[in-house]
Amino acid sequence: MIDLKNVHKTFNRGKANQVDAISGLDLHVNDQEFLVIVGANGSGKTTLLNLVAGSVLPGSGSIYIDENEVTRLPDYRRSRWIARVFQNPLSGTAPDLSILDNFRLAAIRAKAKGLSIGVNDQFKNQVKQKIAALGMGLENKIDQPMGTLSGGQRQALTLLMSVMDNCKVLLLDEPTAALDPRSAEVVMRTADKLAKDFGLATILITHNLKDAFNYGNRIIQMAEGKIIKDLDKQEKSALKQNDLFDWFG
Amino acid sequence: MDFYLTALLQGLCFSAIALGIYISMKIFNIPDITTDGSYTLGGVVTAKLLTHGQPLYLILPAVIAAGALAGALTGLIHTKLKINALLAGILVMTALYSVNLTLLGRSNIPLINRSSIFSLINISADPNDNTFWILLVFVTVVTLIIGYLLKTDFGIAMRATGNSESMIRSLGVNTDRMKIIGLALANALTAVSGFLITQFQGFADINMGIGIVIVGLGSVIIAETLINWFKITSVWFSLVLVLSGAILFQFVLAVTLNIGVDANLLKLVTAVFVLLIVSLPRLTYKSSL
Repeated sequence: MIDLKNVHKTFNRGKANQVDAISGLDLHVNDQEFLVIVGANGSGKTTLLNLVAGSVLPGSGSIYIDENEVTRLPDYRRSRWIARVFQNPLSGTAPDLSILDNFRLAAIRAKAKGLSIGVNDQFKNQVKQKIAALGMGLENKIDQPMGTLSGGQRQALTLLMSVMDNCKVLLLDEPTAALDPRSAEVVMRTADKLAKDFGLATILITHNLKDAFNYGNRIIQMAEGKIIKDLDKQEKSALKQNDLFDWFG
Repeated sequence: MDFYLTALLQGLCFSAIALGIYISMKIFNIPDITTDGSYTLGGVVTAKLLTHGQPLYLILPAVIAAGALAGALTGLIHTKLKINALLAGILVMTALYSVNLTLLGRSNIPLINRSSIFSLINISADPNDNTFWILLVFVTVVTLIIGYLLKTDFGIAMRATGNSESMIRSLGVNTDRMKIIGLALANALTAVSGFLITQFQGFADINMGIGIVIVGLGSVIIAETLINWFKITSVWFSLVLVLSGAILFQFVLAVTLNIGVDANLLKLVTAVFVLLIVSLPRLTYKSSL
């Protein structure tokens, strides 16, 4: 589903603060694979995710999504495959727009935003049903501005929004970093369920080693812009939580 | 009394500028001051085409296109060359002064005894009455169009662009293009105000746009204060408040002139008034702590 071939990305090239964020990285992510990426700060995890999403373009190398070359494609043209949940709950939703309007935009992520009114009663009911499945009691608040909700609620809704339209790849950049433990668990469980139900290729970046242990069917560790450990499904299930802690020892 | 009637009519003429500033400042979160130039541009194009005997159904689209072009230029400079929006606006506004002067040919074109939008239909014998109804219909139509636009999928995407850029890009919207369209729309509306005022006052002047951005800003800030006060989320109601803001603003100016304040001090009074509206919510907020 996702292919990165010999990708390089350097920031501030030629300056004193030059950073080789990604150097010669090869990565293949299969359909329905749930890949967890761990690594210290500055190891290139977020840059890798941004390269896949298209908000950062590579210096060299090529990137494929669903067998289409997307190397030079900007982020807004990759939205037909990719849904994203950001570290900051504020980044994934528009706070001044109602929950309903946020969902409307998500429902036409891969389509043109035309000059017709798409928010009708049928759409409202559809959104209500989806939100009710979260069990947060938000289905009666769909006309409220998104900004009135808590970070955890917004992250959960962002996840739900990602599957409103066709989606093949789900990118999760530390989605629970800003949340309390209980909200974090709800968000992670929702992500896991959606990834399974919709058969998404998922990439999760996390600093929470418990989540890294509990979720996903493949795990890689990054350092200095390279993959230094890569464990497939069987190896990951044989992994013990303490082994993970030792990676950072 | 005539004073206040004129204020009402001017307020209606300025409601297009208020809607334009509402779009650039509140919806796109871009401080755009191309306004001074595009407003004059609207007036200049109107006067020029009227003196050439062109019909209104050609003049209005020409005015809209001219304003949109000016706004799109600011948008292009801001997004493609990554230049601060304020500076981009100032650049286009400055350049427009020469464009306007060239188009106008001299500093002022009178339109006395020319037919205009206000002589289009004769509902009442009183010309002010006539003007009022024509303006009311015109402004209502403009507001309906903008309101509808903001309700469409495209409009929601517009509103999200100024609100959460990272989100709307990940949802497949080219935010640069959106901003260019938004600024084009805002300045097209501004030019429409120039179109109305020129015909209302009966002349176009090269200096008519100086400081006009404050009229739009003042109207929007009045509206915003009310929107926050009453926690309004409805698009329609917000637009109506923006229109009321434009009219209220003109009324305040009329009152200051009426109580005998020197007309030379009018811009000072305007600035102080806008400052008051902006600071009032903060001052009351502080005292309630």
